[in-house]
Amino acid sequence: MAEPRVSSTAVTQKVPVVQGPETTPVTPLHQPLLHESGLRHTSGEAKYVDDFPAPTGMLIAQVVGSNVARGKIKTLDVTAARGVPGVLAVLTAKDIPGENNVGPVVHDEELLARDEVHFLGHAVALVVGETYEACRAGVAAVKLEIDAQTAITSIEQAIKENSYLCDTHLMQRGDAATALKTADIRFQGETRTGGQDHFYLETHVTLAVPEENSALKLYCSTQHPSEVQAIVAHVLHWGRHQIVVEVPRMGGGFGGKETQAANYASLAALGALKTGRPVKCWLNRDQDMLWTGKRHPFLTRWDVGFTKDGELVALDAFLYSDGGFSTDLSRAILDRALFHSDNGYFLPHVKLQGRVCKTNLPSNTAFRGFGGPQGMAVIEDIISKFCERTGLDPVEVRTKNFYGAAPRNITPFWQEVKDNRLPRIFAELLKTSDYTKRLGEVRAFNAANKNAKRGLALTPVKFGISFTTSFLNQAGALVVLYADGSLQLNHGGTEMGQGLHTKMLAICAHELGVQPDRVRVMNTATDKVPNTSATAASSGSDLNGQAVKNACETVRERLRPIAAKLLQVPAESAHEILFAGGRVFLSSRPELSLPFEKVTNEAYLAQVSMSATGFYKTPDITFDRATGKGKPFHYFAYGAAVSEVELSGLTGEHRLRRVDILHDVGSSLVPTIDRGQIEGGFIQGVGWLTCEELRFDDKGYLRTHSPDTYKIPAFGDAPLEFHVALLENAAQDNVIHGSKAVGEPPLMLALSTVAALREAVAAFGPEGREVKLDMPCTPEALLFAVEEQKK
Amino acid sequence: MEHLRFNLNGDWVEERAVSPTTTLLRYLRDRLNMTGTKEGCAEGDCGACTVAIAELNQNGEPTWRAVNSCLVLLPMVQGKHVVTVEALKQGEQYHPAQVAMAKALGSQCGYCTPGIVMSMFEATYRTDLDAPWKLDDQLCGNLCRCTGYRPIRDAAQAIAGSCPADSFKKVLPDAKPQSMELRFAHGGQRFATPSTLAQLWDELDAHPDARFVGGGTDLSLEVTKKFAVIPKLISLEGVESLRKIETLPDGSFRIGAGATITDLEDFSVTRLPSVHRMVRYFGARQIKHRGTVGGNLCNASPIGDLPPALISVGATAVIAGRAGERRMPLEQFFVGYRKTALGPKEILAAVEVPAVPESARAISYKVSKRRELDISTVSAALYVDTDAKGVVTVARLAFGGMAATPKRASGAEKALVGQPWNEANVAAAAKLIGSDFTPMSDHRGSAGYRALVAANLLRGFFDETSEKKQPALVGRHAATVQSANEVRHG
Repeated sequence: MAEPRVSSTAVTQKVPVVQGPETTPVTPLHQPLLHESGLRHTSGEAKYVDDFPAPTGMLIAQVVGSNVARGKIKTLDVTAARGVPGVLAVLTAKDIPGENNVGPVVHDEELLARDEVHFLGHAVALVVGETYEACRAGVAAVKLEIDAQTAITSIEQAIKENSYLCDTHLMQRGDAATALKTADIRFQGETRTGGQDHFYLETHVTLAVPEENSALKLYCSTQHPSEVQAIVAHVLHWGRHQIVVEVPRMGGGFGGKETQAANYASLAALGALKTGRPVKCWLNRDQDMLWTGKRHPFLTRWDVGFTKDGELVALDAFLYSDGGFSTDLSRAILDRALFHSDNGYFLPHVKLQGRVCKTNLPSNTAFRGFGGPQGMAVIEDIISKFCERTGLDPVEVRTKNFYGAAPRNITPFWQEVKDNRLPRIFAELLKTSDYTKRLGEVRAFNAANKNAKRGLALTPVKFGISFTTSFLNQAGALVVLYADGSLQLNHGGTEMGQGLHTKMLAICAHELGVQPDRVRVMNTATDKVPNTSATAASSGSDLNGQAVKNACETVRERLRPIAAKLLQVPAESAHEILFAGGRVFLSSRPELSLPFEKVTNEAYLAQVSMSATGFYKTPDITFDRATGKGKPFHYFAYGAAVSEVELSGLTGEHRLRRVDILHDVGSSLVPTIDRGQIEGGFIQGVGWLTCEELRFDDKGYLRTHSPDTYKIPAFGDAPLEFHVALLENAAQDNVIHGSKAVGEPPLMLALSTVAALREAVAAFGPEGREVKLDMPCTPEALLFAVEEQKK
Repeated sequence: MEHLRFNLNGDWVEERAVSPTTTLLRYLRDRLNMTGTKEGCAEGDCGACTVAIAELNQNGEPTWRAVNSCLVLLPMVQGKHVVTVEALKQGEQYHPAQVAMAKALGSQCGYCTPGIVMSMFEATYRTDLDAPWKLDDQLCGNLCRCTGYRPIRDAAQAIAGSCPADSFKKVLPDAKPQSMELRFAHGGQRFATPSTLAQLWDELDAHPDARFVGGGTDLSLEVTKKFAVIPKLISLEGVESLRKIETLPDGSFRIGAGATITDLEDFSVTRLPSVHRMVRYFGARQIKHRGTVGGNLCNASPIGDLPPALISVGATAVIAGRAGERRMPLEQFFVGYRKTALGPKEILAAVEVPAVPESARAISYKVSKRRELDISTVSAALYVDTDAKGVVTVARLAFGGMAATPKRASGAEKALVGQPWNEANVAAAAKLIGSDFTPMSDHRGSAGYRALVAANLLRGFFDETSEKKQPALVGRHAATVQSANEVRHG
């Protein structure tokens, strides 16, 4: 192998570490741990729902979907299908014992359509059979006739037909209308961002297994087991206690399994109830892409004012999102878009409005960032366009508009921005990325090349952390300690690859002072930790971490008197006893340390309870949607990225040449895991903004419903030079061990790639001209933008 | 042989009762409960199902090759050695590829990981991974949605070409594929793999309604996506003579229709650089290992990669039947949308390609939404020869994605021939490409984009060949047309 040219900075972060009786660090916390399932992933030993051995008598469920996007059901005759060999049941809306509705917030989504269908693929019946072949024959034998109506397949069409899923949401401060009139430079425009399929490698799947006494066990790939439990209970007209939902791990979620697993879990449950046998409902790739919701496309119409020096004066923007056929989480997603239309910039006068369009497409849903990226894309687009028009330096304009001291510290939703880390991040990243020198090189390259141009750009991210529906900010844990000193850890969060279990394991091992291999993180299950929130909103470690810590502290404090007795420490000094590295000891007398298991065994004999629950709720957050005011976020996460691209003016193809990221994760719980979230989130964002394109035809059929035609970034799309650093000395108050949430914010760092592409397009034409480029920046969009620029 | 027999992780498996169009993936998961190998897309576009097969390279040496088990029908591994992810960990000992991945945190959700490990397994025993861009090629058939690829690249770099003297290396010399000859029938379906042309003609006489299959990378989609039940198949994979690539006494090349794209990639790198540029982006390594030259040509797809590349260098189609061979210019082989000039009971045996003279400029371009592992939106294979005075004597400008068949830009060609090869004449010819074709709009690109790119590729061709007439791809370039003074990686 030739000398590798890859630059990959090792992740280190200075964090004080507890030392044990020996000199080795005794806590896994803040250490560069491996993923707790990593080796088992590589060997195929890691099991996903579809890998479980089929229980005896297991049946397959296949959905019968509508073949038109909108219409009234004229005929639905399943008689012939019921007679197909190997088919045991064909179920329709009439067979649902409870509520035929799976809408998680607003009850506007039928599980099996009764009278009308609202998108192409809308489930109208379920075929349950012995094999996929039998089920497919059954599906083919269902007689379905629908009176088709004209489908709404775009935001523009929905606006025209006044088709919405909610009223207008509003956030405002100051007087945008007046301020716009007096601004030095005022212009209007539109910003478009596209949808995005989650493309988790593991598609939706649930295995429902009947248990005695009218009960069901569901093995489900979901980010929200408690909601699946609740919805299945509604559909079956059961109590939630009759249902256990267990999640082993997911092969990716990204938001796509927050609400939408409930449909297929409900169908599997229904099939199991009707046949009395285990039923698996698994979607193949095409079904998953055709039927499940995606990231919301947005169209924003805006009117902006700047001073001639590039200071933002006022913004008036209306954001339209495409919600698809039902509400799902669209309202909260729209809110988060509005919450992030400022990104890191102070808007003296601002009016933000938004509305969710109802179309005849699959119901769009949560996707990493949850509307935040779509909101942030608007203000970054506006700033890029302003700089293109005026020739002002984009870094200066962005820096100039950062939140600052009062009164420049109030967001459009009236939350104060404290501890703004963007100025510091920008300053450090400009230096470490060698920005100024490279900008000169880019300009020299562009001067020397006719067919290819390069672009270099730096953009910031400020992202609010908390569920904006405040009551969701709660979590639970159950720690089970055995007499031999080994532990089972249960918490309410689900593992979808993000490394949550690795972090929770580290916290548990830290609090009880045991070696990580003594802790086993159990499958997430609703019979262990009840009433949980979704693992979403980047909140997994913040919320569950505190709950785990809380549970572990309870157990540890019950052990302390036992340890004091064994160590012959007087009761008043017992609080000085340390639990670390599998030993229990006084720091003043480390030579007298005891093995942890000696203490636990003694505790058992002394009749001490060794399991405990833990709980956490985020303090002091509230938001009033009616007034558009409050403090919806516990804190903000920050970061910035520099992208350098090269663009072909002949074909519109481009490559990311180099990316530099500096991101704020507080005191990282596990820096290796956080780095993975940053890199992976960034590339996923690059996919959304460049190569991933959902193409629905006017019948509402998704033409790009498999990886043959829907292109997520591949190996060669990652930059060869990819420098990632975690902000140093960045402990965050009142968050678990000083850390910060990391799941979503890095995705938006990819907006730097769009800004860089715009720079490259601009270099094909004369200065002072706004680049005509929508997102996603596909080769075609880029080539036409270059052509416009050359005119 | 009349039943299926292949070696799986060291043991011979015999099977008599299975549909011959069962894919290897479904067989592993559903029949053997070996669930380490995952289904991510069932169309060879994600790599989660990757396994390794011992195949002969062009030098006749057995070598591990990563393939998509979702596109391999079970009879296609007849007599072969297959390794799945389950075999890599021996006792408590993980394979170096597994250790490297875990250490680099190359897995997050882990669903793509077994497939990536199997692609890295191939990389472990390759000896030709001498530049970082080749890792893009080795791994582009494996999609990962979580990591952003950097840690996977680090892991791959750690093990690529390390060739440990382990059991997988040691078993290779004995893992030569055995005879694939097979006549297998089950449940009303039949799959035959003749091992000679004579047997092939006999099969055809007995089963004139059978369909041919090469590597199956396209045909298998009918099974995995449309759930078609294909009654009769004849595989051409067992006829060794069809796989041969050779240099003929007159310096021209004969490329067997059964040669894999990997075979052609290895052969063309120095001998047919313009074809090689197309082959590099033909598809993922897994696809190149299974896809064949004949399969790509006989598909006659307007967006196939080889037709324009081979038409532009003046290839001849060699068609064989029991009576013997007949020849025709390759461009005449494509008679309509996905239709060829093959008669009943005929096969495409080979293509013959004259050596490209040093005086000729030749490059193949492929433009797609994504650089690696994608289907062309537009492809262009351009060939222009000039005389001593710089006047164009031959112009073959073959395009894909611009019409219902792979097609030459006759108007632009006419405008060029007899004229000096200069920027003004090229610009004038490029303008004619618009009237040579009426491309269509679809989800890959609009008609306007296709037309613009087609013309631009000719302009780019002029620029790119100004210094070197048949430039190879250098490193990890930014776009299909290389910019002149690009600072290149690897």
